[in-house]
Amino acid sequence: MTDTTATLAELLIAACAEVWRDDPEWLATGITPIPRLGASLAKLTFNPRLMITDAENMLLEEPAPIGPRETSPIAEGWAPYMRTFDNLWGGRRHALVAPVQIDRFGQTNISVIGDHAAPKAALLGARGFPGNSISHPNSFFIPQHGRRSLVAGEVDFVCSAGYNPARWPDGRKPHRLELRRIVTNLCVMDFGGADHAVRLVSLHPGVSIDEVRDNTGFDVELPQGAVPETALPDAGALAVIRRLDPHDIRATLIKGNPPAVHAM
Amino acid sequence: MLDKRMSPDAIVAELADGMTIAIGGWATRRKPMALVRAIARSSLKDLTVIAYGGPDIGILAASGKLRRLIFAFVSMDQIPIEPHFKAARQAGLEVWEMDEGMLHWGMRAAAMQLPFLPTRVGIGTAIAQDPRFRTITSPYDDGEMLIAMPAIKPDVALLHVHRSDEKGNVLTLSTDPFFDELMARAADRTFVTTERLVTTSELSLPDNARYHLVERSLIAGVAEAPFGAHPTSAAPDYQLDLPHLRTYAAAEGDAWADYRARYVEVDEPSYLAAVGGADAIRAIPAPVY
Repeated sequence: MTDTTATLAELLIAACAEVWRDDPEWLATGITPIPRLGASLAKLTFNPRLMITDAENMLLEEPAPIGPRETSPIAEGWAPYMRTFDNLWGGRRHALVAPVQIDRFGQTNISVIGDHAAPKAALLGARGFPGNSISHPNSFFIPQHGRRSLVAGEVDFVCSAGYNPARWPDGRKPHRLELRRIVTNLCVMDFGGADHAVRLVSLHPGVSIDEVRDNTGFDVELPQGAVPETALPDAGALAVIRRLDPHDIRATLIKGNPPAVHAM
Repeated sequence: MLDKRMSPDAIVAELADGMTIAIGGWATRRKPMALVRAIARSSLKDLTVIAYGGPDIGILAASGKLRRLIFAFVSMDQIPIEPHFKAARQAGLEVWEMDEGMLHWGMRAAAMQLPFLPTRVGIGTAIAQDPRFRTITSPYDDGEMLIAMPAIKPDVALLHVHRSDEKGNVLTLSTDPFFDELMARAADRTFVTTERLVTTSELSLPDNARYHLVERSLIAGVAEAPFGAHPTSAAPDYQLDLPHLRTYAAAEGDAWADYRARYVEVDEPSYLAAVGGADAIRAIPAPVY
């Protein structure tokens, strides 16, 4: 049953969950609240094989609600950083992360805006993005779809490898480089175009192809035939989302907390 | 001879201008902040710091102690952008940026006294363009080109631990030991501050064997510094002080002088009083991530 009262944040949580739908038994990492809620939703609905953490250093038997909580979740395993690297270098993980910039190759940036030697804005630093990108599948969440985040040319500082042979040693693709999806506040895309070009997968309800193109710094390929609409979360998914976010933190994550069905 | 006890200021007196110093912990967890504040008060200058960075880097940057930072990130997690690091980076602080795992690998190479360890991490990114990283071709049939992650060797490592005896047998009781062991193995000398100095029998080995960080032969000196990680956490003894971190983060520009006068240019008992006292710190609830 489709619930048309869903908010955009709830639709995005459900769209994020989809990236892990067919994954094997491995670690699902969602960074920032919407991807994290997506991983928890995936585990609690269609993919119980997934392992998830408490966003610190324990693996949890069941996903923990976000925000203040009365009870401690039950841990099922240990994930200190040393082991996190060992696990991810072994390839048994799919991360959905939220870069500041992404380009047509799927290369991303969280380090600086501007020149690395003299940045206009210093951000976090590359963190684990380089290693993630060549070790296991990655997907991306861009909550503000625009030309400042989906940029023309290359991102300002390439923190994670993408489908850009000019940056590959000897032109050989890093053997575990596998970019899956980009979920934005307008649409879902993948890398299924020619030579891994970014391709539209679905438009969120009420969003047009032109709106995506006007707000993207690179060309977006279209799928064969009509572009599908991103599925609204069903009543069951919404109930799980409410349980995972009992304080409605999700209502604060997208400016104005708009409904899932975009005003024309 | 095996009494390695010393004061935090005596540890800082072992440091010298231009040294390369690894600082233990991760972001807002188990940082040797009493030592960081003591360095910030000292006349030391031109330090190269290696860290999984948090407010340690911000305080040293705002105090003009850094010549260079070897890092993968500086963040306070709940406050993602460290404002004092950001200001210093935008004002021209020299950095050598790499992946978190490359930093791990570089310290492991130093710990193993190897010139480098091969890795794929960094391949395909702008980090690989940095001439400080060179490549190596696998001598086996795969012929793969890899990054030869160079050893990253600190002169000194500074760590904060939960328990130590006077000989330098140290326990870190928190659930994540981070990369402190590698820092101690990579550095020429390692100094620790400890929440509590205890007798060897009070270390409760072998029950606590999993928490014993490294052989005591690697520990050059130990200073008792209760709440020495504050405002970062030394869980389970105490949690990170998010309200204080917000105060610290807000102390930008002209406000930094006030923060520094109140929380840096003071001895540790005055610091402890200024941040609310021992009972208040012990009562801080665990953060929800």
